[in-house]
Amino acid sequence: MRYVLGVRIGPVTFRIGSDWQGPIAQLRTLYRDYPRDDGVPDFSVRLTPRRPWRRWIRPAVMIEGDFVIPDAAPLPLDQGVLAAEMGMNLQMALGQRRFLLLHAAAVERNGRAIVLTGESGAGKSTLAALLQTRGWRLMADEFVLLDPASGLVHPFPRPVSLKNSAIDVVAEELTGAHWGPLMRDTPKGAIRHLVPAADALAAAERPARPVLLLFPRFGLPADQRGVGAGEAFVRLTQASTNYVVLGERGFTALTRFVGDVTRVAIDYPDADAAAAMIEKLW
Amino acid sequence: MPARTLATLLADPGAALLLNRNAWTGVLAAARAEQLIGTLAMRLDGLALPQRVAAVLGDARATALEGRRQALWEAEMARRALAGVVEPVILLKGTAFAAAGLDAGQGRSIGDLDILVPRQRLSQAEAALIDAGWMWVKPDPYDDAYYRKWMHELPPLIHPERDRMIDVHHTILPLTARMKPDAARLIARAVPLGGGLAVLSPADMVVHAAIHLFGDGDLSGGLRNLWDIDRLLREFAEGDEAFWPTLWAFAADHEAQRVVARALRLAHVLFATPVPEMWTRAGAADAWYLQRLLARDGWGRETRPATRLAFYVRSHWLRMPPAMLARHLWIKWRMNRDGRPPPQQEGQ
Repeated sequence: MRYVLGVRIGPVTFRIGSDWQGPIAQLRTLYRDYPRDDGVPDFSVRLTPRRPWRRWIRPAVMIEGDFVIPDAAPLPLDQGVLAAEMGMNLQMALGQRRFLLLHAAAVERNGRAIVLTGESGAGKSTLAALLQTRGWRLMADEFVLLDPASGLVHPFPRPVSLKNSAIDVVAEELTGAHWGPLMRDTPKGAIRHLVPAADALAAAERPARPVLLLFPRFGLPADQRGVGAGEAFVRLTQASTNYVVLGERGFTALTRFVGDVTRVAIDYPDADAAAAMIEKLW
Repeated sequence: MPARTLATLLADPGAALLLNRNAWTGVLAAARAEQLIGTLAMRLDGLALPQRVAAVLGDARATALEGRRQALWEAEMARRALAGVVEPVILLKGTAFAAAGLDAGQGRSIGDLDILVPRQRLSQAEAALIDAGWMWVKPDPYDDAYYRKWMHELPPLIHPERDRMIDVHHTILPLTARMKPDAARLIARAVPLGGGLAVLSPADMVVHAAIHLFGDGDLSGGLRNLWDIDRLLREFAEGDEAFWPTLWAFAADHEAQRVVARALRLAHVLFATPVPEMWTRAGAADAWYLQRLLARDGWGRETRPATRLAFYVRSHWLRMPPAMLARHLWIKWRMNRDGRPPPQQEGQ
């Protein structure tokens, strides 16, 4: 491929190839503080035109790689960063086998991790980003990596994908943070990627012991309830893209995980309220 | 050339110790794209490999083992559903290799479950599977009718709970194809495995693999199929002098001598498969087939678009007579033009 970037994110390495210079240049800026990696990658992502001439005429980026879904829609060239991020997510979702993947965010303090899971739109990305100013190290936003062998949670500190009004809310608090380009008209509205704080990148390969599993819901009066191990187990199987393909390893890892952690569903009106509840719970 | 290097590593694992970093990156991407990464992982198991490579292959090995477990479970599910209707259930392709414990099944990726049933039992088998929870995948009446009239299998069925597909064959080529395999002989010669399952006889298994590779389809994913053939030939011919004459006689039963001969020649060229001397000399078009089988670059992308197109056209030419092909393509073109997704070309 004409333009290539090799990058390491926590324990996972990616090789991203593009037929256009633009997306790679943007990615180099976004991933400026991540380790470069030109070794044998875990996964390859390809950003290519649908037809050869579409490199120049009405360019549209097809997301391809080691693992693909058949009819993914292409993105406009100025959303190349988003295409690359989606491509990396896809490789993880379909190809990751070393870790049990949980669709969740995670933060850490003193070697102990809190995992925040829930449906898209529940506010976990925003909350995880904001917890960074409240004494927590951001470990992961999209995918939490649970090691079946050790039961530890490994960081995967990708840039946090923030959408619409969350972008301004976070930008207001995290002054001086490093951001990707603002993409206004994506299929999901406005999207902008926030690079985790320096401590998150410095400790990108330091795992932590999970102690608390939260199911946060934003926009409701502060409230909390305990969640049974069975319910947590079932909800996490649905929040995992590779639970089934890991077979018995996945089952053992997940049963152990839900047994080890305190499990709580919290409703919260704002980040301060959530942070206060978390301080009491963990 | 990553696909060529991949073939070399499969045949001669020791060559892995000579690869540099860039070559590894290309080989692993090509192996993933050709669905040979699990096979490669099993072949290279135990060698002192670079740490990153060992990690990727370790994952591939675990994936292949889990895939094998799920494929065998799916076979058992089909056996239970078909008990009293079709006994034993004859397994084909990847699931057959795994169930029979053949070398060809080592690390092999297994997609759909393929089984062979007598044609007169086809509708009963379909009813039994529907009864056990399988559902039709192709909702389009043209596709459905096409399958039932012209194809060698039922329209694909899926079990939604396990998300697995089953292809119920009554023979091994479309009825419109020029070659006419003898399904009754395949069934009569099948070898029981115990537990209500069976596989094709060794020679028929090779003939089927050759027909599948060179008599049906456009050779996408063909490297894996040729590797199957290498493994089957080595395992079956070892210590059995009657194997080669039997293979040739069975190939004649199915009008498949040409594709079997091509399979032997190309396996010999690419994987150094030991074959009788008459098949060690390259045939006229073999180089062209080889080019198609190795059309994969170090990013896992397909290369050689003109060659691939030619084989795509060839696959339809083999599959049906010209007038029928014209009608079929016309209907498909109109379906696509009206906003329907194009038919998927699957490697399996």
